Amino acid sequence: MSTLVIKDLHVEIEGKQILKGVNITINTSEIHAIMGPNGTGKSTLASAIMGHPKYEVTQGTIELDGEDVLAMEVDERARAGLFLAMQYPSEISGVTNADFMRSAMNARREEGNEVSLMKFIRELDSKMETLAMDQDMAQRYLNEGFSGGEKKRNEILQMMMIKPTFAVLDEIDSGLDIDALKVVSDGINQMKGENFGCLIITHYQRLLNYITPDHVHVMMQGRVVKSGGPELAHKLEAEGYDWIKAELGIEDETVGQEA
Amino acid sequence: MTVETKLTMTEQDVRSFSASHSEPEEFTNLRVQALAAAEALPLPKPDKTKIINWNFTDFPVHTVESSTYASLDELPEQVKSIVDTDQKNLYIQHNNTPAYISLDKNLQQQGVILTDIQTAIREHGDLVAKYFMTEAVKAEEHKLTALHAALLNGGMFLYVPKNLAIKNPVQAIFVHDNEEASLFNHALIVADKGSEVTYVENYISTVPKAKGQANIVSEVFAEDNASVTYGAVDVLAEGFTTYVNRRGVAQRDARIEWALGMMNDSDTISDNTTFLIGDNSVGDTKTVVVGRGTQKQNFTTQVIHWGKNSDGQILKHGVMKDSASAIFNGIGKIEHGATKANAEQESRVLMLSPKARGDANPILLIDEDDVTAGHAASVGRVDPLQLYYLMSRGITKQEAERLVIHGFLAPVVNVLPIEGVKKQLTEVIERKVR
Repeated sequence: MSTLVIKDLHVEIEGKQILKGVNITINTSEIHAIMGPNGTGKSTLASAIMGHPKYEVTQGTIELDGEDVLAMEVDERARAGLFLAMQYPSEISGVTNADFMRSAMNARREEGNEVSLMKFIRELDSKMETLAMDQDMAQRYLNEGFSGGEKKRNEILQMMMIKPTFAVLDEIDSGLDIDALKVVSDGINQMKGENFGCLIITHYQRLLNYITPDHVHVMMQGRVVKSGGPELAHKLEAEGYDWIKAELGIEDETVGQEA
Repeated sequence: MTVETKLTMTEQDVRSFSASHSEPEEFTNLRVQALAAAEALPLPKPDKTKIINWNFTDFPVHTVESSTYASLDELPEQVKSIVDTDQKNLYIQHNNTPAYISLDKNLQQQGVILTDIQTAIREHGDLVAKYFMTEAVKAEEHKLTALHAALLNGGMFLYVPKNLAIKNPVQAIFVHDNEEASLFNHALIVADKGSEVTYVENYISTVPKAKGQANIVSEVFAEDNASVTYGAVDVLAEGFTTYVNRRGVAQRDARIEWALGMMNDSDTISDNTTFLIGDNSVGDTKTVVVGRGTQKQNFTTQVIHWGKNSDGQILKHGVMKDSASAIFNGIGKIEHGATKANAEQESRVLMLSPKARGDANPILLIDEDDVTAGHAASVGRVDPLQLYYLMSRGITKQEAERLVIHGFLAPVVNVLPIEGVKKQLTEVIERKVR
């Protein structure tokens, strides 16, 4: 079993403090969902875990099986087992999707032990089928000219090919129609197992109809203000966030406001 | 300060060189007149690069004698790898010596001409007289075109007769392996009405240094409804002063596409101009460049629209490292009367080191109201968010940069029609950006 421990995490972007002490522990075989309205710091948490160059951790720790994640470069974090499905993936002209994914897979292997082309193509084909993606997307340039939905599927495709220990999915459901949502959920559910843990960031309960989380956390003002089981997501869906705000005496839930 | 240029070749030298190749009198006269003009004519003025102190006129010897290749097995390994095994239409020049030539029998029978330029001057005088430095490039333009005409010592001629489409590419390889050699090469390509051809040119130095001049001119003629695709990979050694002028003239419904991989290690001035003379003609130029060391380069790409509904596309991508500097001038010019013309261009420069310099300079000159035009230009470093994205998948920073750079230069690599040449360009890029 692997464990990702986030302790007292404080994060700034361009001098502005966004996260003010986040604590979450995720084990493999668990699925966590972080919910909350816009502007509460959810995506900042995702970016800080992966090491986005614009986000500065000013306090706190992130450890993966006791290893200091914050001391690692972005690529080292990935090779240690972390993955982030991004909300706004970059477009890279001239690099085909397939070449990119092979490079990513080979980056985890020793020189001379690269994944065989045949095996790679077979696996890519089958995962693309699961995600109902056109085969020609393998030869298109990475994310270039992809629709919003295609980009999301492509992020999940990468996750399925790379098979990380922990995946953070940053609003993977936004902009997806119901069919696409089901397909993407199928992909994520295929990954479930004792060697995989997942942190799903969303502000809709909708996705959680297809993926059942073991733990649900609510973020407001740059902190986790409430945690619970799947029933918490249902309650949020039925009643919204106001009851939490009332319970905690929060007027404005966004970052920069104080309780 | 202006440097007085004293030419190393006299009229007598030019006459005797011409005589030794049994050139017709008109051609000898053309050389002699050009030589006289060269003394007085000014250098060209590539925008934003000062070349007044560059040495374009000194060279150790005008011509060197090199071996011919009886078969492709005799080629140096580096050269062998850029010839595909089924390459039937091939001209190879060894320094200044025509060294190997082959042309598909069927094509010969159908009237295709592929030969070295000297043979063309002797045996195809009418075609040469019609096209050689008459319309696309003129000897009296400036000092370097005049010198080129006077001192021409190599090159090739390709003629494609009416309505013939040549399926397999025609390849010309210019091998440079003698430090003393100078290359005054001329490629003359004529695609007659309704014909189609793909031509791929390789300049390859197998020695690391050069002492001579590379003064290279290509003229491409696409007659009505003809189509010419012109690919080139230039890898000339440090020490040359390279002036390379590649121009095309497209008549009605004709199409000229350029894919130029400019990978010289020498200082280089490049002029690539397409004249869209006929209505509905198309000119598409793609150029990629890698500059390194202390190289100074200027790449001027022009598309000049005369024809109605003509379409001109310019794409230029340059990577600059070390203390290399380069100017990328892109000029879309629409003449009065070229209604519905479209002139588009995109110039992008990636800087890999703080001392490198790159300047993208897009220019639109439009003398007609009813047209469309656009340009995009950027100069910058590798996008940190692209690197972050690639690295977040476990790819090292170095490999991520490599992927972004190769992707950036892919527009030319991908369209080169010969596998060996595509691979060569990829390897040259790899070597130069490392």
